[in-house]
Amino acid sequence: MSNSKILIYDGSFNGFLTAIFVAFEEKIQVSDIQKNSVSQNGLFSDTETIFTNIEKAKRVWNGIQAKSSSAIKNIYFAYMSESKGVELLLYRYIRKLFAGPSSGHSDYSDGIVLKVGQLAKSVGREKHRMEAFVRFQLTKDDVYFATIEPDFDVLPLISKHFRSRYADQQWIIYDVKRKYGLFYDLERVEIISLDLQEVYSNSLKRSSAFGAQEYDYQDLWNNYFKSTHIKSRINKKLHTQHVPKRYWKYLSEKKEAV
Amino acid sequence: MSFERIKEKLNILADAAKYDVSCSSSGSKRTNTNKGLGDSSGVGICHSYTEDGRCVSLLKILMTNYCIFDCAYCVTRKSNDIKRAAFKIQEVVDLTINFYRRNYIEGLFLSSGIFKSADYTMERLVAVAKKLRTEEHFNGYIHLKSIPGASDELMYKAGLYADRLSINIEIPTISGLKLLAPDKKHEDFIRPMAKVKNEIVQFKAERKIIKSTPKFAPAGQSTQMIIGATGESDKEIMYSATHYYKKYQMKRVYYSGYVPIADDERLPALGSQVPMLRENRLYQTDWLLRFYGFQVKELLNDRHPNLDIDVDPKLGWALRNLDFFPIDVNTADKAMLARVPGLGIQSVHKIVSARRFRKLSWEHLKKIGVALNRAKYFMVCDSARCEHRDLEASTIKGKILGNSVGKFRKEHSTQLKLFA
Repeated sequence: MSNSKILIYDGSFNGFLTAIFVAFEEKIQVSDIQKNSVSQNGLFSDTETIFTNIEKAKRVWNGIQAKSSSAIKNIYFAYMSESKGVELLLYRYIRKLFAGPSSGHSDYSDGIVLKVGQLAKSVGREKHRMEAFVRFQLTKDDVYFATIEPDFDVLPLISKHFRSRYADQQWIIYDVKRKYGLFYDLERVEIISLDLQEVYSNSLKRSSAFGAQEYDYQDLWNNYFKSTHIKSRINKKLHTQHVPKRYWKYLSEKKEAV
Repeated sequence: MSFERIKEKLNILADAAKYDVSCSSSGSKRTNTNKGLGDSSGVGICHSYTEDGRCVSLLKILMTNYCIFDCAYCVTRKSNDIKRAAFKIQEVVDLTINFYRRNYIEGLFLSSGIFKSADYTMERLVAVAKKLRTEEHFNGYIHLKSIPGASDELMYKAGLYADRLSINIEIPTISGLKLLAPDKKHEDFIRPMAKVKNEIVQFKAERKIIKSTPKFAPAGQSTQMIIGATGESDKEIMYSATHYYKKYQMKRVYYSGYVPIADDERLPALGSQVPMLRENRLYQTDWLLRFYGFQVKELLNDRHPNLDIDVDPKLGWALRNLDFFPIDVNTADKAMLARVPGLGIQSVHKIVSARRFRKLSWEHLKKIGVALNRAKYFMVCDSARCEHRDLEASTIKGKILGNSVGKFRKEHSTQLKLFA
């Protein structure tokens, strides 16, 4: 136990990859990898603070990618789940990947592989949901604005999707839970933070930030949504299974239900 | 434009369009190249779900619900006393663009009642698509209905702007069509379908030589059949579906349980139940044919003209063919694994990957996500416990039904009692 260590990193994904690099290079026996904001000292282990180094992070990324492109996606997505202990889980997953035959990531009879796969899957599902459930509202200064509150930190994962889809309009997608957002200015996407006085959910209360036409279109959409129901086939359980209630407050078609 | 008037039209024309079940918005490969609006290169997205649980992915509307035909099964038939409306071309374009920009939809699904003539109607559908593509630089998904009887020339134009074209065969048999839609001819459905298929084949061939050949309906063709309006057997329906898949290279055939909308002695009475379970079984069969390597005659034939109601079609097939089982999950080939009840394609892939590392036991299979409740009677694995023990088909069926809950179970609870 004498040389087992807790690695402390800055909470960024590159920081995490740097920690992996250091652990491999210095052959450290890792007992945990923690964000500096939440670190707790273990009783019997030393800590080592990791300084994020883009070069080292890149080498780890490329190394894993060379092994398997589906493994690198799983790692990135699972990391975004922010679930407790995910760093250590991923460290073990990466060790397994480099120790075993090249297809170690497809050993679905292994607990670690399955767990990483499950985490990646739930983040992937949330990413897909956000691509579906973002509802832009057109502000008076011509920016399409949406607020979201995803279960996981998926903004970095959805940026490309919205960039290629809405290339000719300015838009902002703001994560109110993590207090940052993406702003596309017709050229590139930037990370922004806003001081939001009100929550711009799709509530019945109108906000002065949006024009009258915006509410007309929301009205049309809500009407359209209602007329798509087939009364003799109503299945509310299936409906909420597909559109869980926690997303309703940002969906204009569910305004009245909230 | 007046929002109140648009709203009224939208209510009328969306209400009439909702019986078209296709909502697919995938498979198009139309990328946003010139900084235009929209991109439909990825997977399809369901932006919302109706209260009956169907996906809302496209703005699904009719151009108009005026119609010169009088098909008994159709809500917009000439003799039906309902409010009528018609959109202007620009109105549909504006709605589509504004909904799309707000991320409500993946694109447009435009159908229409037939007014004046087939060609006049088709021309207006094509005009909307053309305007969206050329004036609005719209790269979202467009699904146009092929109007029965439309000319080859218009069908060609439609394919240049639309991602998918579809024509609903509606009634699976020609005799049924004669009964319910006496003024429509079977050939009127087939001709646009054949034209689109031929153009797609030709496009694919030309694309190989000249890369810049303009896209033609990249997401293919689909059709839809109404289930339970006339007395067709499941065998007739699925043989007919297989015919359209093979002969016209359909991407999808949709099955739509008949929702009673008219008081007509040729049709099920108003208020009778929508055959949702039957619809579900037909979709399961469709999947078995397209992805699981089954031949239609294995599932439906003269001895079994209808699908089992109480068990899914794969389980039904396995129970009738117990001599194929049990299979060894550690050695069986992929095609055979796919035939085991309770094993989906995902599970099959995972099993094939995982068994290269070690022999799999029940524990492993459970973790992978196999529905062991059904699967365990049909396979052996690396374990002394084996559930097969030469049980009779009826015993296996009883055990499986007794240990599971089905979403439609209450509808056939009387049958269940037999096995309790």
